[in-house]
Amino acid sequence: MLEIKGLTAEVDGKPILKGIDLVVPQGEVHAIMGPNGSGKSTLSYVLSGRDGYEATGGEALFHGQDLLAMEPEERAAAGVFLAFQYPVELPGVGNATFLRTALNAIRRAKGESELDAMQFLKLARERMKALSMNDEMLKRGVNVGFSGGEKKRNEILQMALLQPKLAILDETDSGLDIDALKIVADGVNAMRGPNFSALVITHYQRLLDYIVPDRVHVLMGGRIVRSGGPDLAKELEAQGYGAIQAAA
Amino acid sequence: MTAAVQTGAAGFLARYQGLKDHLPGARLAWLAALRADAAAHVAARGFPTRRVEAWKYTDLSPVAQAGFAEPLTAVAGALTLPKPRAAARAVFVDGRFRADLSALNGLAYRVASVAQHLPELEGRLGALAPLAEHPMTALNTLIFEDGLVVDVPAGVDAGHLELLSIAVDPGRPFAFHPRHIIRLGAGAKLTLLETAMGSGAQYLHNPVFEIDLAEGAVLTHGRAQQEGEAAFHLSMIHARIAAEARYDTMAVSAGARLTRMEIHAALTGPKASCHMNSAQLAAGRALVDTTTALDHAAPDCASRQTCKTVLAGQSRGVFQGKILVRREAQKTDGYQMNQALLLSEEAEMDSKPQLEIYADDVKCSHGATIGALDADSLFYLRSRGVPVDQARSMLVQAFLHEAFEGLEDDMLREALTEAVDGWWGRHGAAS
Repeated sequence: MLEIKGLTAEVDGKPILKGIDLVVPQGEVHAIMGPNGSGKSTLSYVLSGRDGYEATGGEALFHGQDLLAMEPEERAAAGVFLAFQYPVELPGVGNATFLRTALNAIRRAKGESELDAMQFLKLARERMKALSMNDEMLKRGVNVGFSGGEKKRNEILQMALLQPKLAILDETDSGLDIDALKIVADGVNAMRGPNFSALVITHYQRLLDYIVPDRVHVLMGGRIVRSGGPDLAKELEAQGYGAIQAAA
Repeated sequence: MTAAVQTGAAGFLARYQGLKDHLPGARLAWLAALRADAAAHVAARGFPTRRVEAWKYTDLSPVAQAGFAEPLTAVAGALTLPKPRAAARAVFVDGRFRADLSALNGLAYRVASVAQHLPELEGRLGALAPLAEHPMTALNTLIFEDGLVVDVPAGVDAGHLELLSIAVDPGRPFAFHPRHIIRLGAGAKLTLLETAMGSGAQYLHNPVFEIDLAEGAVLTHGRAQQEGEAAFHLSMIHARIAAEARYDTMAVSAGARLTRMEIHAALTGPKASCHMNSAQLAAGRALVDTTTALDHAAPDCASRQTCKTVLAGQSRGVFQGKILVRREAQKTDGYQMNQALLLSEEAEMDSKPQLEIYADDVKCSHGATIGALDADSLFYLRSRGVPVDQARSMLVQAFLHEAFEGLEDDMLREALTEAVDGWWGRHGAAS
């Protein structure tokens, strides 16, 4: 359960979020749609704790915990996962090492035993197969030399391994062809269940054909200006954000 | 005489005057003449100041101002040595060879104490180590007492050899100046791990290596500089690399308050090659300096150099890398990269690549970067639950990774990785 109340935030001293109110109940997938510059990515960064994205007011509670007071790694340990719009390349850090370090950090935080290299490989291969990923991607540097689609699949792989309670997918559909989009959507849909919720941030309705949300929210000018069912996404696709803006 | 120990060049010259009749090889005319020549250079130039171009970024005044006594002969048996990494091991305590601590029996090549073999080193000791431009080589020549002679005969694969230098705390500043003379015959091979470590005392370790590789010889030289934190480490390698021979060196500099690891290598025959990689790490107020000069004097030679510097606290780093490509060195393939990672806003890096190319058909590239840990990378790792200290450590290791590329020998890789990890353990979390 994610409860955001009156959240305001600024970047470089410029107000971007101007009072967000949003509740994502456990087990639900919500979409946030909005034009460029509406604050979508800022919201994802504020929720995951990136430096330079300062919350200036309001609150964000995750299962009752004050998310904004936590370090990024504490949020991850609590079960928050951000799938990056632009996954970072880490030359010199092997993807397998990275994935295992992350998984074991989360397992440690949950009080579970760490996986050794063999146990990890078995699990990783299983998850990768489901995402049509090549084993060889474990051997490379994190996201180094990955195509756009491979990077996004690597994000979904991380999600599948870390098993978060809340996934924030920041424009995960950008730069994906339709086959990759389906694979990514399948990866997210496979996670759906009573203990998983997601905030799917997207510019286009296309992704929502494959990940059908329980609710759709429209973010414009740093505020949620409309909320509705899955049909709202289709309405946006047909009429554009301008119509919403005029009505708001 | 109970007067205070003299400082600077005068102090070393006074020691030389007092000791010269007792230094090893004192009765060898050629060596006495060589030392007298060194004395003239030391007297004329003293310790270089920052006005000397080659020492512009590295201030030796803390060394010049310290008064060093000679090391006391260590008591046998009272030492804890790190676990051996190779079957063959030569141990030096305070610069003196210790046969009792070494393991050198049954080797197919010769490893011995310089002090015990000086007569036969005439024409060899000093042959690759010019005094005029190298004050630390002059100082070493003036007053060296011992060192290691390694002779690998032509065609012999000597395997692994460990050269361990330990400085033991005598409770007052002291200095030692080992002279190591290494020769590989045609087609010979050796993998050498050089480790320098010591106590918390203030001491100066001033080793000079003369490395002579005959045609087709291959020397792989790992260096773990893990001196005590008050130490000065000023080392010099003079290397001559003949046709088709290869000299690969990978240095980790992870100790001492002031370090300069300097290499002068000459590629003197066609298709010779040299790789000089280093990872230098400093914290607190330490200074680390990697200075290299590569002389491409023959055609079809290749050189590769990657120097990675990590600086925490108020430390300083220096990289000076000169590549000289002589007119006759056509088809030279040279690459040099130096990169520094500053973990604190107070750390400082000086970087001076220098290419001097006289041949017209060459491929030479170089690059330099200086920067902080990438905030996006750090956030990416933390967003996956990796605690901030561990995330920083991973990124520092990743930064250093490239310097270790091509290091295929497991023993060297393990020793050098441990040197880096040890440094990170002592300084990483605080930085």
